[in-house]
Amino acid sequence: MSPRTGDASPGRGGPIRRPRSAARDIERYAALFAERTKVMKSSAMRDLMALTEREDVISLAGGLPDTSTFPPDSYAALMRTVAGNSCARALQYGPTEGLSVVKRCIAEVMRAEDMDVDTDAILVTTGGQQVIDLVCKTLLDPGDVVVTEAPTYPGAIPTFCSYQADVVQVTMDRDGMLTQELDETLDELERTGRRPKFIYTVPNHHNPAGVTMSLERRHELVRIAGERELLVLEDNPYGLLRYEGEPLPTLYSLDNDFVIYAGTFSKILSPGVRLGWTVAPSPILHKMQIGKQGSDLCSSSISQYFVSAYFDAGPWEDYVHSLLEIYRRRRDVMLDALAEQFPREAEWTHPEGGLFIWATMPDYIDTTDLLARALEERVAFVPGRAAYVDGRGGSAMRLNFSGVGEDEIREGIRRIGEVVREQVAMYSTLTGALPSVSGHAQASERPSDGAGSDPGREESGRELAKVLRLPAKRKRAG
Amino acid sequence: MLKGGRSLERQVSLRSGARVQEALERLGHQVIAIDVGADIVQRLNADRPEIAFVALHGRDGEDGTVQELLEVMGIPYTGSGVSACIRAADKVLAKHAMRDRGIPTPDFFAFNETAFRALGAAQALPAIEERLDFPIVVKPASQGSALGIKFARTPADVPAALIAAFSYDRKVLLERYVHGRELAVSILEAAGEAVALPIVEALPEEEDFYDFESRYEIGRTRFVCPAELEEPLAMRANEIALDTYRLLGCAGFARVDLMLAHDSDELFVLETNTIPGLTETSLLPQAADAAGIGFDRLIARILAAVPAPARI
Repeated sequence: MSPRTGDASPGRGGPIRRPRSAARDIERYAALFAERTKVMKSSAMRDLMALTEREDVISLAGGLPDTSTFPPDSYAALMRTVAGNSCARALQYGPTEGLSVVKRCIAEVMRAEDMDVDTDAILVTTGGQQVIDLVCKTLLDPGDVVVTEAPTYPGAIPTFCSYQADVVQVTMDRDGMLTQELDETLDELERTGRRPKFIYTVPNHHNPAGVTMSLERRHELVRIAGERELLVLEDNPYGLLRYEGEPLPTLYSLDNDFVIYAGTFSKILSPGVRLGWTVAPSPILHKMQIGKQGSDLCSSSISQYFVSAYFDAGPWEDYVHSLLEIYRRRRDVMLDALAEQFPREAEWTHPEGGLFIWATMPDYIDTTDLLARALEERVAFVPGRAAYVDGRGGSAMRLNFSGVGEDEIREGIRRIGEVVREQVAMYSTLTGALPSVSGHAQASERPSDGAGSDPGREESGRELAKVLRLPAKRKRAG
Repeated sequence: MLKGGRSLERQVSLRSGARVQEALERLGHQVIAIDVGADIVQRLNADRPEIAFVALHGRDGEDGTVQELLEVMGIPYTGSGVSACIRAADKVLAKHAMRDRGIPTPDFFAFNETAFRALGAAQALPAIEERLDFPIVVKPASQGSALGIKFARTPADVPAALIAAFSYDRKVLLERYVHGRELAVSILEAAGEAVALPIVEALPEEEDFYDFESRYEIGRTRFVCPAELEEPLAMRANEIALDTYRLLGCAGFARVDLMLAHDSDELFVLETNTIPGLTETSLLPQAADAAGIGFDRLIARILAAVPAPARI
């Protein structure tokens, strides 16, 4: 290092750049930012989540499928096929709506879930995430209402917010979104002149709640949407990842007039190919296609030829079946570990498929703070608040069981269980209550929560009362 | 240039570090950036830098740990020494020192976990609540990110607030809430003398005094520099901040956060950051900028304040 430490003249000895000025720079760029960029989530939470990626941390926070199960030899062979048969086309732009070779594969996947679609009705997208973005782009004006489940897919929230949507969340129970509450919410919105455009739902093996919408609710939901002429965005990344029970019909198969369907190869093949798709009523599909053109012209041709080669190489279901075996075992290991390690005050869902378990702690535990403590023990999860737009979910957490091996799941849950038990014990020390009577049922009934005229106090009480509570299922899977 | 680390403020540190690195390079220095981890001693031994610029925040970097290692290895480093870091990072130690010296700081009580577990300190909570009055601010003793700071509005809120604070530290404090304006006094040394830079005021975007949390959430706060204060009040804030800086034994630079009470115009010191943020939105660079000291000059000044190796 140069000894010229006292030298204050910028630029000397280094490349000549314009001197910067922190405050002035911020001012200058800030004036150029769009209004929609002002909707920012807590940066504290974001910084905390970044720590979950540390190598020494067992992360149950991700939403990752286990791509290490895909044989490298198969990958190499498929790429050789692409190079041999379609090199120039794979390296070229493709049509915005997607290549017909991949639409054929999509139709096949949808048939596996009892849906018959014409390949013309399919728009190939860059992951399922792009469907959410394009639906927003097509339907939303600033201030329009999007109705979602509470909790909802955390990754959809930034998309909704970037279109300045007014997100309204409807409570779920173990059978999915409460359709009666949905009806009441829509009535209320109508009365106050707010305009809902679509209802966003993940009916199968919900992310993050881990529950599946019952058949009765599915019928109810499409009835409500049809009667009110509202669209439903059915996001179905996990439908084929079912470890027990019978599959239920998709919303799209119950009603295709008001349902926009979103599918993806991410969970049945690879998220790295970044390929998803949508099937929608044709006027909407047409607008979405124009929207996609503006966003990225077309999805990767290399990926589309790769997927096509993969479907030609043999039954695509085989790999899904191998994943089912692995994920089912991991889910069971996690459920067993939860039953063993979590205190009786905690509750969690029993997913029939998908990648996530949603666990709810007693009200007095804030899972964002708990995550900081858990990171000390080198384990991570997603704090429940990430799945809400209104600060609810403070006592819940999302646990992923697909991304890490069985031993790590056991150890990860053991570590989380330990810090939760530590906090439950501290609470009983502080309140003089026995741990067994300090559960959230009692806590939420404390007269001080939500009572009184102080607006701040009332707010905190409402938050607590609305947190999703799902009865614990301790039955071991198998 | 030491950055990153394993603290909860790792991301902020990486952003600070990136900016500092650019500035150091523009100033003509050869910079080796090290993300502080288990191999830190090995890296420093291998690279033998002439000076370590510590751009770490929070645990390890701001609490004296990394400074102690640098002392052992005989590497001069920027900012405060081990003892000042220890005193400032522990809010309880700092507040006791301030109270003993007569520097105003909000009334408080502090306990470690053992006090509650083994000594039944919970039974003293009603007396504490009466002394401090609601709302009460509950926070972990160790300084760091805004996470873990809770506002208890009623006795029923206190246990959950304590549990949250205990998620970050074994020691927590309950502090009287000061309703008022938030001021930050940045201090920078020039020729061995500590000088206060223009005061930054943090204003919550939503003018709702009950929404305490918004004050601690970036993006919901905007900053004004220099803060609009009557001259005597600004001078008094600077004086208190400089007293605190000297009391804790800080060196090079630091930031002292204060509250200006709405009802009485009284000033209270909340805490001192020995390594305040150096990102685009951080307060110290804004304050320096308002004083006509650009970022590169700020970094040069921080380096220049490091004592020569012969004196270590």
